[in-house]
Formats: sequence, C-alpha cells, structure tokens
Amino acid sequence: MFKKGLCVFASVILAGSSLIAKESITVYTALESDQVKPYLESFKKVEPDVEVKIVRDSTGIITAKLLAEKANPQADVVWGTAATSLVLLEQNDMLHPYAPKSLDKIEAKFRDSKNPPAWVGNDVWGSAICFNEVEAKKQNLPLPTSWEDLTKPIYKGKIVMPNPASSGTGFLDVTAWLKIFGENKGWEYMDKLHENIGQYTHSGSKPCKMAAAGEFPIGISFEYRAAKSKKEGAPIAIVFPKEGLGWDLEATAIVKGTKNLDAAQKFVNWASSEDANKLYAENFAVVAYKGLSQKIENIPANYESMLIQNDFAWSAKNREAILKEWSKRYESKSEPKK
Amino acid sequence: MRSIWHDSNKIILMVVMGLLLLILGIIIFLPLIEILQKSFYAHAGSFVFLDNFIAYLREPRALSLIYNSLFISCVVTIIIVPIAFIFAYALMRSCLPFKPLFRYLALIPLLAPSLLPAISFVYLFGNQGMLKSWMGDGSIYGVWGIVLGECFYVFPHVLMILLSALSLSDARLYEAAQSMGANGVKKFFTITLPSVKYGLVSAVLVSFTLVITDFGVPKVIGGDFAVLATEIYKQVIGQQNFELGATVGVLLLIPSVITFIADGIVQKKQKSVLGAKFVLYKPKPSGLFDNIMLLFSSTVVGLLLMILSVSIFASFMKFWPYDLSLVLKHYDFNSMDGGGWDSYFNSIRLAFWSAFLGTILVFVTAYVVERGKVLSSLRSIIKFLALLPMAVPGLVLGLGYIFFFNNPQNPLHGIYQSMAILVACTIAHFFTTSYITAVTTIKQIDQEFDDVAESMGIAFYKTFFKVTVPIAIPSILEIGRYFFVNAMTTVSAVVFLYAPQTTLASVAVLNMDDAGDISSAAAMSSLIVATSVGVTLLFNFVSHYLVFATQKWRKS
Repeated sequence: MFKKGLCVFASVILAGSSLIAKESITVYTALESDQVKPYLESFKKVEPDVEVKIVRDSTGIITAKLLAEKANPQADVVWGTAATSLVLLEQNDMLHPYAPKSLDKIEAKFRDSKNPPAWVGNDVWGSAICFNEVEAKKQNLPLPTSWEDLTKPIYKGKIVMPNPASSGTGFLDVTAWLKIFGENKGWEYMDKLHENIGQYTHSGSKPCKMAAAGEFPIGISFEYRAAKSKKEGAPIAIVFPKEGLGWDLEATAIVKGTKNLDAAQKFVNWASSEDANKLYAENFAVVAYKGLSQKIENIPANYESMLIQNDFAWSAKNREAILKEWSKRYESKSEPKK
Repeated sequence: MRSIWHDSNKIILMVVMGLLLLILGIIIFLPLIEILQKSFYAHAGSFVFLDNFIAYLREPRALSLIYNSLFISCVVTIIIVPIAFIFAYALMRSCLPFKPLFRYLALIPLLAPSLLPAISFVYLFGNQGMLKSWMGDGSIYGVWGIVLGECFYVFPHVLMILLSALSLSDARLYEAAQSMGANGVKKFFTITLPSVKYGLVSAVLVSFTLVITDFGVPKVIGGDFAVLATEIYKQVIGQQNFELGATVGVLLLIPSVITFIADGIVQKKQKSVLGAKFVLYKPKPSGLFDNIMLLFSSTVVGLLLMILSVSIFASFMKFWPYDLSLVLKHYDFNSMDGGGWDSYFNSIRLAFWSAFLGTILVFVTAYVVERGKVLSSLRSIIKFLALLPMAVPGLVLGLGYIFFFNNPQNPLHGIYQSMAILVACTIAHFFTTSYITAVTTIKQIDQEFDDVAESMGIAFYKTFFKVTVPIAIPSILEIGRYFFVNAMTTVSAVVFLYAPQTTLASVAVLNMDDAGDISSAAAMSSLIVATSVGVTLLFNFVSHYLVFATQKWRKS
C-alpha cells in the first residue's frame, strides 16, 4: 500500500517534465524579470515552435558567465544586455554577426556599425535617482538636482547605488562620471560619494526599490524602475541629474558557435522587429526602431537630450581596468563599521 | 549446502559494497579531490602547492575578510552557546512544563532557509524596521544583522549537541555530592560542567563552523560587510573566477576539518562516561528555579517564533512600510527573479528524490558497514566516505561538483545542469548526519537476528528486508524527513549547480532579494517553512501509524 502510494506520488511529480519542443534555444538576458514575461509571450505568438530557456541575471554576471564559457558557449543568444558588454564580447570574437530583417528600420547610432552588425540595439536605458519624499521630509533632506549634490554631507549614509561589477546600471553610472568629470575628477567624485553610500547593491533595480520602501531615502538606479515604482504608488520623486545621464543600450546578439543558428536568427529577427520594439517602447522612452519612441509616464519629454555622449568601444575596452580600480578603492574598505 | 549459501551471500555483499564504494566515491570523494587539486594548481595547470593561498593572503582585502569571518563566528558562538546551554539545562535539569513542546519549537529554525532570519531582521531593525528605534544610531546592515541572523540559524544545532551532552550525567554523583553537603552552585561547577565539557567543546566548534561557512545571512543583511563565504559566492557567481573560489573554499575547509576531528575525539571520550551502573539523573521540582527556567525558555522560544512570523506577515503586506493592507501579490513569483513557481516545484522534486534515494543509500551503507561481515578494510573505507561530508561546507562541495562534473572528459558530464546533479549533491551534503542516525538504529537491533537467520541458511538480504528494515521504520522515516527538509532549505551547495530549468525555491529567495524584491523573498521563505512543517508533520503521522500497525511488540 505504502509502496504503491509512493509510486503514484513519484509519477505525479515526474509528469510534465518530459515535454520537448521542436527547437530550443538558451537566451541570456539582463532584462528585468517583470519585462521578460510579456516580451516572451509576443515571441511565442510569432514563433510558437521555438522554446526559449531564459537565464536572467544582472549585466555583470551575464557578461562574466559568457566570458567564462568562451571555449564552450552555453548561450545561443544574448538579449537585452548592455551594448558595452556585447562590444566586449565582440572584441573577444565571441559574436556571430547577423543582419535581422528589420535592420534598415533601426537607428544607425543604436546598432553596431559593421555590416552585417555583430549586435543590434533594442532600447536606451539610463541613470535616474529615486528620491523618497516621505522619508526626506522626516529627515529634512533637500531634493538633489545634480550628481554633485549627492556628495553633500547631509546625505551621509542615505544613498544606495549598484555595484558596477555586478550591475550594468552601476557600470554606466561610473563610466558617465568618468566622462562628465574627466578621469581624475571622476574618481575624486566617487571618493566623495563613497562617504555617503549606505550600501552597494547587487542589481540596478534594488536601489530604487529600497528608496521606494524608504529603507534608504536615495537610490541611484535607472529610469524604467523609477517610473514603474512611482506608478505603483511609491512616494518617490525621480531626479535626472543636470550634469547629464549615463546610459547604455539594451542590445541583442547571436553567440558564435551556436548549434541552433536557425532558431537564434528567428529570435533576433523578432527581438529587433516592430512588434518587439513596440513592447520596449512601453517601458523605455527611447527605442532603437525608428519612429516608435513614445512618451512614458513620469519620464520628461526631453529625456533623450539629457543623455551624455557615449563611447561603447571605450567603455568596453576599459571595463576591466575600471572595475578593478573601483573594487580597489571601495570594496576593500568595507570593514566593520564601528 | 552451507558453504554455497555463504558464498552467494558473500558475492552479493561484495557487489553491494563495490556499488556503494563507486557511488560514494563519485558523489563525495572525487569532487573533493578535484577542488583540492584546483586550489594547489596555478591557472595554467602547473602544481604550485601553497602559492595560491600565499598570494591570496597577501591581498589586504583577504585579511579583512578573514578577520570579519572570524569576528562574527566568535561573537555568535559567545552569544549562542550560553543561551543554548541554559535552554538545554532547562529541558534536562528542571521540571519545566511542556518539555516536548519547548523542544519542538526550539528546533523550528531547522525548517527555514538561513536567509529567512536575515529577511526578518531587515523588517524588524532595518531603516524602516518595526523596532528601528531600538537600534539607536546603529545599522542592522553589517555585523549586528549577521550576528542576530546567525544566532537564529545556529541555535537548534548547538542545542541538540548540548541536550545529548546533558543527558549523560550520572545521578549517583549528585547524590554523593548532596550527602557531602555540597550546594547547587558547587555541584554545577564540580559535576555538571566537567561532565559536559566535551559537549561544550563540540557545541562551540559546530557553532563556529556553521557561522563561518554560512553565506545566506551575510548575503542578505551584511550590507558592505564582506566575509569569506560571501566572497566565494561573489568570485564564482559574480566574476566566474573559479580558481579564486577554490582557494577561498579550501580556506573554509580548515575550520570544518578541525571541528570534524575534534568531534571524533569528543565522541570517543563521551562514551566512556556510560557504564553499566549508570543511573539517569532525574530533576526534582524546585519552585523558584523551575520558574526562572520557564521564563527563560519561553523568552527564547518566543523570540524564535517572532522572528519566523515577521517574515510570514511581511510576505502578505502590500507595500511595506506605506501600505500595510494584506495581499497575496508577493506570491506571484512568476514575474520575479528566481524562476517563478517552477522553482518551488523543482525544490519539491529535489526534496522528494533526495529523500527517496538518499534514505535508501544511507540505510544500505549503514547496514553494510555495521553488519556486512566481509572485507573489513573496504568497510572502513566506506565508513570514512560516509563520515567525510560532515567536514565539508556546502559551498566547497558545490564548487567541487562544478570542477568534477563540468569537465567534458568526465563520462558523467551529462548530468551537469540536470536535476540528477542537484540530487546527488544534496544527498552527499547531508549524508553524515543521516548515516549516524541509521548506524545508531542498526546497533540497537540485536545481532542475534542476523546470526540466527544465518544459521538457518536464510540469505542476509531476506533478513535485511524482513527484520532490519521493519524494525527500523521510525528511523528510516526520520532520515527521509531530514533529507526532504534540508533539500528544501539548503542554498550553499546547490547555488553553484542549478540550471535555468532546475531553479530552486531557496535560491530564488536569494535572487529575489538581490533584485530588491524582499517581500517576495519573504514569501518564498514562508512557503518553504510551511512545506517543511507540513512534511515533518506528515512523516511523524506516518511514522506513528506504521509503528502502531506493525510494531505492537514495542509496547511490551
């Protein structure tokens, strides 16, 4: 009797694990989890026969994983991941160039310039500061309007920002500061900012979620998470610092050596299609597909003009050195706070 | 006739032993060898012995990590061992009412992932915590958060050791002391303390090792306070730097191995206390003392339950701290990091298979080591392999699995990224404790059953299935339950091994917290606790039923 019950239990548990689709690809992405689901539903409508296995993590982890697997790639496609990282992968000869069907509809500045391109952009994501107005009132914190403001002593311990080694948002902030203030002044700026940082987080979303919940009143994050949190009712003001916003592209590429090239191309075709870009445009103010960008609630209309001049090749080439310097300056300091 | 019986028995036994050796070798020994090798070799593959460690220790960051790890391990041990000791003392030496209830409730942290207390302390003492004012100007992120979280996590482990140590006191000593006019304090310091000294040593070591190897608590609440265990995670998951991970991992192996060896010595010394004339100590009612103990135990259990319930409540609150209406939306795992509801069902599958296969493997191993009469040298090798996992922290085992199974030349490479590797790793990780339970049970079963059966020419496996297994049913179920619950709650080993199609609930807690969705992390933790409690009750119920139906003889 007991044995029989066990068998039934076992078969119930095993059931459903044996469905095999015709084609299957593994897609690495740094997109937000709450975005991935509706996006994939759209892909499923276009290509019902391709099963997509998603590996989602923060940009730094996805990048490190891809580099580590260079000899034996596990991913077929990298999707919605920082262009800086894709340029780095390309510099390591790890991407399979491919011109998706809608390439001529993609803004030239939002794709790899070569033909066929190694990667194609999806949308722009950039820095934004989440500022909790309820907590600010309680703690008498003025609204910061610039990056420079964040170094004021009044914000000591009140700011959270993502760790640039793990988070793409963290990395684009660091490169932006190095661009805005210049290399030496940039690091000096971060030294001063470090004094005010309460915590470095794993992901770029977490600072804004923490600010939304008032855990730390100020979170250096990115505009999608900021706008979404505000929409969900978090008592936050979104600050776009006046010196300019760091930004990167969420972009897509095929991994060299993929055994599922056909399915991978299907995916990339969809990822740069009008359908997909319409979905991106619901979340981001600037998308790569010409003429689809639209106004997003809580994001100013002149958002694009606030973005700084960016140089993905420079960021990619110096990524390792920048992260090493960052880690040396700010990570080994993390001793018990007495 | 008899010799044929003997030969065929011998052959079957030898085949079983060979199989056990193979299985345990693969799931325990070879992965460990692999990580040790990695830590002694340079990146390019030449043997550099200790150079990796020396190079690592030269970095200023390494020293601060080691210092941080030692610091929190010491602080937690200093806090939790006395508390657990008094609690154990209350259970064993006072006339505390509701002892079984206190005992069960005190072990409740075993049913939760170690991330849960950290999440609860964020809700309690975080910057928006319910009891934030208690913290003054201090912050929960860092040392104090880690210490409090680890205390919750370590308490039941230390308590179990001290309970068994205190159960070994000889009443005759106390009677003698009484007749010589010794007072309570004197008896405590001259009889009680010396009699539990080995248990105390063991408790201190276990507490120290558990804290230094745990990364769940510091990951969630450590803020920028980094320790060795989080460093391994960061190096391996964050930077994919497996070599450095191996080096730091082997550093973590040191305290575990010391604990393991010391524990072996302690066990031997403790046994000698038990003589034939041993008289069990029975506490006498003493109003004031019993009341103090009741107050103390209630406080401890109250705190444990409060910490647990904070996460459960938090998981239902719409938007802490601004909107406290109750909702279920944080249980909508599918729009969160960590793999959604699939993770939960994967965890159930992992727990089921670990319990099912693990129990069989453990029990057969214990039986063969204790009762298999051939090849005693082989038996001691098997015994060594069975005891080895106790000395290996989960993080190190997980890394060893990556190195061993991700090697394309390994014929077992195919199970990498599958559920099978998670099951194998979980069984290996929790093997020793289950094995000791099984050995204890088998030792209690009279050898004469086997001897009589043998003299009647009954094959040993028939005796095994018809006598040994039925008698041992309660302990077999306990082993199954132990595997199941630990498979649900563990993070440390499997965090390196899960694949997109085998995400796990406990790992999802970690990923959701990383993404900033602490309410969902609390929700998944609560779900794990609820499942563990449910499974524990179910196993206890089945056990009672089976004992009642099949083992009426126990009553007489």
